[in-house]
Amino acid sequence: MANFTPTGLRFENIDKRYGGLFALRRLSLEVAPGECVAIAGRNGSGKTTLLRVAARLVRPTAGTVSFTSGPAAGNVSERPGYVGHAAMVYDELTAEENLLLFAKLQDIPSPRKRAEELLREVGLLERRDSLVRTFSRGMRQRMAIARALLRRPSVLLFDEPGTGLDPVGITWLAKALREVHLAGCTVLMSLHGESEISTLATRGIRLEAGSIVADTIEGHAMRGILTLGA
Amino acid sequence: MSLLVNTATLVEKELRTEFRSRELLTTTVVFNLVVLILFSFAINPSVEESREFGPGLLWLAILFSASLMLQPCFLREQTNDTLSALRLAVSDPYAIFLAKLMANTLFLLLTEALMLPLFAAFYNVPVLPQLHYLLLVLFLGSLGVSVVGTALSAISAVARLRELLLPLLLLPVLTPVLVVSATVSVSLLDRQPVVQWKGIAFLAIFDLIFLTALWLFGEYLLEE
Repeated sequence: MANFTPTGLRFENIDKRYGGLFALRRLSLEVAPGECVAIAGRNGSGKTTLLRVAARLVRPTAGTVSFTSGPAAGNVSERPGYVGHAAMVYDELTAEENLLLFAKLQDIPSPRKRAEELLREVGLLERRDSLVRTFSRGMRQRMAIARALLRRPSVLLFDEPGTGLDPVGITWLAKALREVHLAGCTVLMSLHGESEISTLATRGIRLEAGSIVADTIEGHAMRGILTLGA
Repeated sequence: MSLLVNTATLVEKELRTEFRSRELLTTTVVFNLVVLILFSFAINPSVEESREFGPGLLWLAILFSASLMLQPCFLREQTNDTLSALRLAVSDPYAIFLAKLMANTLFLLLTEALMLPLFAAFYNVPVLPQLHYLLLVLFLGSLGVSVVGTALSAISAVARLRELLLPLLLLPVLTPVLVVSATVSVSLLDRQPVVQWKGIAFLAIFDLIFLTALWLFGEYLLEE
């Protein structure tokens, strides 16, 4: 896998309100270039909102998100790679057609070559001409990762990436994340508890009611953060 | 340039997915046929009545089928959260709207192309003499329906009671387009046809206004 340019991410006093409900509350976070941050928290704690704010899919009510280093620094239109709960690919297109679509939209040079390269990396080259609606959950997750890696983003965001995967799928995903992280990509991933994937994290934070309540940088134990314990 | 390229890529995607599933076209064509045939038997109009009421029925059928077609426009982007993927990929979110409204307009025009000969046959209305003007009115009217419908579809897709909301929003906003389109069509199909250029200009201006509004505010319709 090609090397990524290390890029940091800064969240400054992020508020996100839906009516009277605070999904994120005065959240500030500095992610160093090349870090792999595990974001833990109960359902409704703000993990998905935080990641979607970072992906610029959700506009914060207050505060700013910015890249702090690398070629993306200061570029407000730059977007990280994002893998959400859903695969974010089209069922009625083939694996290759999906990647070609997103490659062309992002003006990636030699889109067909790039699509083929990624399909090979995620182990779906043989299924390039199959419609995505015939794919299993694990295969869809591979498609989602391939799509997110098209532009070689320096920041990758994963929202509960292991959900719905069997142990083989989780092992594959952990390997893929490890390769991406070792290549220099900054990774933020929301997790529910400890797993093979959580062992990759170099830092852990826990959210409750939209705020950070624990951070390994401040001396909290990773295990405690991930298991929602004390 | 990027906007045009993105739009072309997305139009290709819309056409490819629709021609694979044929979900919208089949529903729309069948619905239109049923409406036209039903009305022709129920009303059994004379030739004069057909000239007078036929265009109104035609535009009513177009409106109903457009409602059916526009409902899933943004809804089906929610199934796999593909709308988020598009928002992350495109440089200008207007490309998403432009592509959808171009595809919707094309599907509507395809449906009308199938309907028009049947309308002429069932209602005994000669459409050939004024076909070029009729096609112009169909194009401008369908574009107006698509522009408004695509925008409202984006709003209703994230709302509760979405199946109810789209028709509720669509009908009042489209009333001017439908009234003018039907009126101009009646004039064109009259025994002594008259081209109502003011009506055609109204349709063109309506389309332009809503296209501009969509360009200015469309991005906010896509935000969560």
